[in-house]
Amino acid sequence: MIVVVDYGVNNLRSVVRALGAAGHEATLTTSPDEVRAADHVLVPGVGNFGQGSRTLDASGLGAAVRDAAERGRPVMGICLGLQLFFASSAEAAGARGLGLLPGEVRRFDTALPVPHVGWSQVELTPAGAGHPMLREVFRGEPRFFYHVHSYHPAALPEEQVLGTGTYERPFPTLVGRDNVIGAQFHPEKSQRAGIELLGAFARWRP
Amino acid sequence: MLARRIIPCLDVEAGRVVKGVHFQSLRDAGDPVEQAARYDAEGADELVLLDISASPEARTTTLEMVGRVAEAIFIPFTVGGGIRSTADAGAALRAGADKVSVNTAAVREPALVARLAESFGSQCIVAAVDVRRVGGRFSVMVNGGREETALEALDWIRRLEALGAGEILLTSMDRDGTGAGYDLPLIAAAAAAVSIPVIASGGAGGLEHLAEALEAGAHGVLAATIFHFQGSTLPEARAYLRERGYPVRP
Repeated sequence: MIVVVDYGVNNLRSVVRALGAAGHEATLTTSPDEVRAADHVLVPGVGNFGQGSRTLDASGLGAAVRDAAERGRPVMGICLGLQLFFASSAEAAGARGLGLLPGEVRRFDTALPVPHVGWSQVELTPAGAGHPMLREVFRGEPRFFYHVHSYHPAALPEEQVLGTGTYERPFPTLVGRDNVIGAQFHPEKSQRAGIELLGAFARWRP
Repeated sequence: MLARRIIPCLDVEAGRVVKGVHFQSLRDAGDPVEQAARYDAEGADELVLLDISASPEARTTTLEMVGRVAEAIFIPFTVGGGIRSTADAGAALRAGADKVSVNTAAVREPALVARLAESFGSQCIVAAVDVRRVGGRFSVMVNGGREETALEALDWIRRLEALGAGEILLTSMDRDGTGAGYDLPLIAAAAAAVSIPVIASGGAGGLEHLAEALEAGAHGVLAATIFHFQGSTLPEARAYLRERGYPVRP
């Protein structure tokens, strides 16, 4: 079973629909027990890191996602969901994330308009090119994914940066280690490329 | 690298897609959900739905339709027409829109743009500006193009950027539905005036017009007539632009 973790943020139904378009049924859940029982766990999200962190904590869903990750289940974060996999974010000083990935979440430091919005080309790093889930989606070529964000993952070990986008400078937009993966962009709004990525996650057996 | 966007636009009235010339003489262009699904399948980068209904009753119907369109697509979805408050915007976003577009209400009450940006983030807020050339001046028009304002378009879009709009949807009423090409001097002046994306609208009659608008500085091109009626397809448009060196999705 694939569960999409419902912690009170928007855009959850579109993630379920995109998984459906990839041929995989998914269930929205607010239940920590269902998250612990799931084969695949997806944490989407749009919004503020502080708010998301409080909700994950208070609902018990954060602890359940951490348990699933620690037991080796494939766990994927999208946008804010991914940012919450880090221990902290520049967006909300003092708020605690799940600490599933080393590194931090930083605001774009650029003269370009922030948020970064639009279809940005994503290239796999050598680590990403060797990643079984990503390899089949990219097939050696960069692909465009829809991004809407002011903050992005940073300061990860090189081998955990799987794909980069470029907004004045390269930034990590696909990251992960072992059974944990995350996309800073929105696969559910990225048409065929995004549907293929979610399908690949649903089939991923790390 | 950000891809330049090709954006089909659905003008919707009383549950049907319509398209006119200079905002008048509307003709039917099909069912919104079917059209949306088709454009998504053909690789549209984004979809805009503008409710041009005059009555509040029709608007309630539109919200339900927004939900059905959102269910049919996997791309960013902008909804406009009749959004006058954060409550209206919230209802459109809950119904499945990713962004909301404001036009007349922003002119009547500019602080609305700031409130929307504060509530939902600038990335959610598209400021639509309808422009007509009046005696050598770019005049801002409201109320579906029926009413001229005292605003000059370039001053107004600078103000909209300062208020927190995330992008400008710039429509030339003079060119709307004519197929004569976008108003390129207007687009170039607007793109130079603000740092947020400017989407060109009004006048696309052939694929070369899309390229001209991008060349003039538009981040995206919105078109209705060429995709609804004239047989141009989105894959053709992308191929045409890619061959000319514009960064578009494959």
